[in-house]
Amino acid sequence: MSPSNEALQAIRLTVELASLTTLVLLVIATPIAWWLSGTTSRWRAPISALVTLPLVLPPSVLGFYLLVAMGPDGPLGRLTMALGWGTLSFTFGGLLVGSIIFSLPFAVQPIQHACEAIGPRPMEVAATLRARPLDAFFSVALPLARPGLITAAILSFAHTVGEFGVVLMVGGNIPGKTRVISTQIYGHVEAMEYAQAHWLAGGMVLLSFTVLLALSLMKRRSARVMP
Amino acid sequence: MTSAGSSRIRLHVVRGGFELAVDLELPATGITVLFGASGSGKTTVLRCVAGLERAQKGLVQIGAEVWQDDEARLFLPTWRRPLGYVFQEASLFEHLTVEDNLRYGLKRAGSRDAGHVLDAAIRLLGIERLLERMPARLSGGERQRVAIARALATQPRLLLLDEPLAALDQARKQEILPWLERLRDELRTPMLYVTHSADELARLADHLVVLEDGRVKAAGPVAAALASIDNPLLVGDDVGALLAGRVAERDARWHLTRVAFDGGSLWLRDSGVPVGHAVRLRVLARDVSIAIGEPHDNSIQNHLPCSIESSAPDVHPSQVLVRVRVGASTLLARITARSFDALDLRPGKRVWLQVKSVALLQ
Repeated sequence: MSPSNEALQAIRLTVELASLTTLVLLVIATPIAWWLSGTTSRWRAPISALVTLPLVLPPSVLGFYLLVAMGPDGPLGRLTMALGWGTLSFTFGGLLVGSIIFSLPFAVQPIQHACEAIGPRPMEVAATLRARPLDAFFSVALPLARPGLITAAILSFAHTVGEFGVVLMVGGNIPGKTRVISTQIYGHVEAMEYAQAHWLAGGMVLLSFTVLLALSLMKRRSARVMP
Repeated sequence: MTSAGSSRIRLHVVRGGFELAVDLELPATGITVLFGASGSGKTTVLRCVAGLERAQKGLVQIGAEVWQDDEARLFLPTWRRPLGYVFQEASLFEHLTVEDNLRYGLKRAGSRDAGHVLDAAIRLLGIERLLERMPARLSGGERQRVAIARALATQPRLLLLDEPLAALDQARKQEILPWLERLRDELRTPMLYVTHSADELARLADHLVVLEDGRVKAAGPVAAALASIDNPLLVGDDVGALLAGRVAERDARWHLTRVAFDGGSLWLRDSGVPVGHAVRLRVLARDVSIAIGEPHDNSIQNHLPCSIESSAPDVHPSQVLVRVRVGASTLLARITARSFDALDLRPGKRVWLQVKSVALLQ
């Protein structure tokens, strides 16, 4: 039994979506995590709660509000219309925005923990060695936070691959455009195509297990390197 | 105004229930030790000088350069201050080799003669063999030597050391102290050294600033400050005088060395220091006793004629601290109040000192 064309398309789309989401998340989550780890601002708690919100909200709630925001009358929709991009709902772009927001806590938290573990001292040392703050951030903070960055990347990727509710609501499950593995499995089950559902679902189980195994192996190794 | 080359540090910090108000003038060379109990504000002074913390009101002038002057609304960020900072605990970048750690500041300081500067720092701290290693593979003492070399490689105008030995065990401390003495003797860079250890103070300080609850309790050349008895900086067994001298003679038969100082000389155990070398002697008050006539027929080797200068009650009411002049030098003796009374010791009286033990600090 080999996978159908539809399934292959879904796999390709999933990998594209997860890779792009991971890339964007690393870029936006790192400064947020860095700021959260060091700030004493009164905005810390509300921002931290906001960033963590997607972790506890039902995906359908998130999807619903995203859909509203992306619609022609929503703030995001007005913006994209004004830029001449049309609306994002039921497109790959909309899927990407949804995934980024949905997986944000999975990227921010490991980086934030890594930054908290590093503490302010290495940045102070860098400053006494004439490094400007931005220079010190790239030459000291980022390399030292590497285990956290890797964990964040792996979790973001895996979590995006595993999402369902947001994808279904924002993307609409359009084959070749917004149909990813999880919604493809849903479609197979609806159509009673259990063999094909097995093929994809089994692959997902294997992938997720491998990711978690790799993470725990990496943590053990880095724990040995840490003082 | 400060004199040429010297530095002025005036800081006012209020934080929670703590207030720090100091006004210091530091000599242009040598080690100034900031001494005091924990919580006295030593580290805060150092961090404010470095710009890692900001004093509400301050003036930090190092030689001709002004780093902070709140009257002129001037505050240079740390990275623009040409200083070296050695932290208490190992502060090497764990992701870089020893050599890359050394080059980190060197590169950014933009020194004209970088290769030479780096070699000199490596040689001065004796870390030639460690360059390829990762910091995780270094001992505590090696880490601190690398950290000092890394700071020196930036060619700082001022070297700040925040209890650099506090996190090390006794053996490691003894391993690093000679390197620090070497820095003091070979570098022209002034150093501000924070410690609460009497041993480090006696070995390293040229100049001393004593802090207590955020205020300067005493400041001045170290020998004079240590010989003060009215308000002793050190207490208990640490009370003692510091003498600067030179090795004058070595007796091979009895394995002894004679060190001459301004006013006399003392015999002590030979520790291999060649004749002519400058050394420091620490003579603890508990090891010094007083006799009216020249002592004969006893096992103590060192007898010095001297005159009583002053006396003060010690912590325990049974004891008295006595300050005596030996030529141009000052020594301290701790004797019982009863002996003090029985011997009728008055200022100006000529007596003999017996020195039971002398520590060579080099």
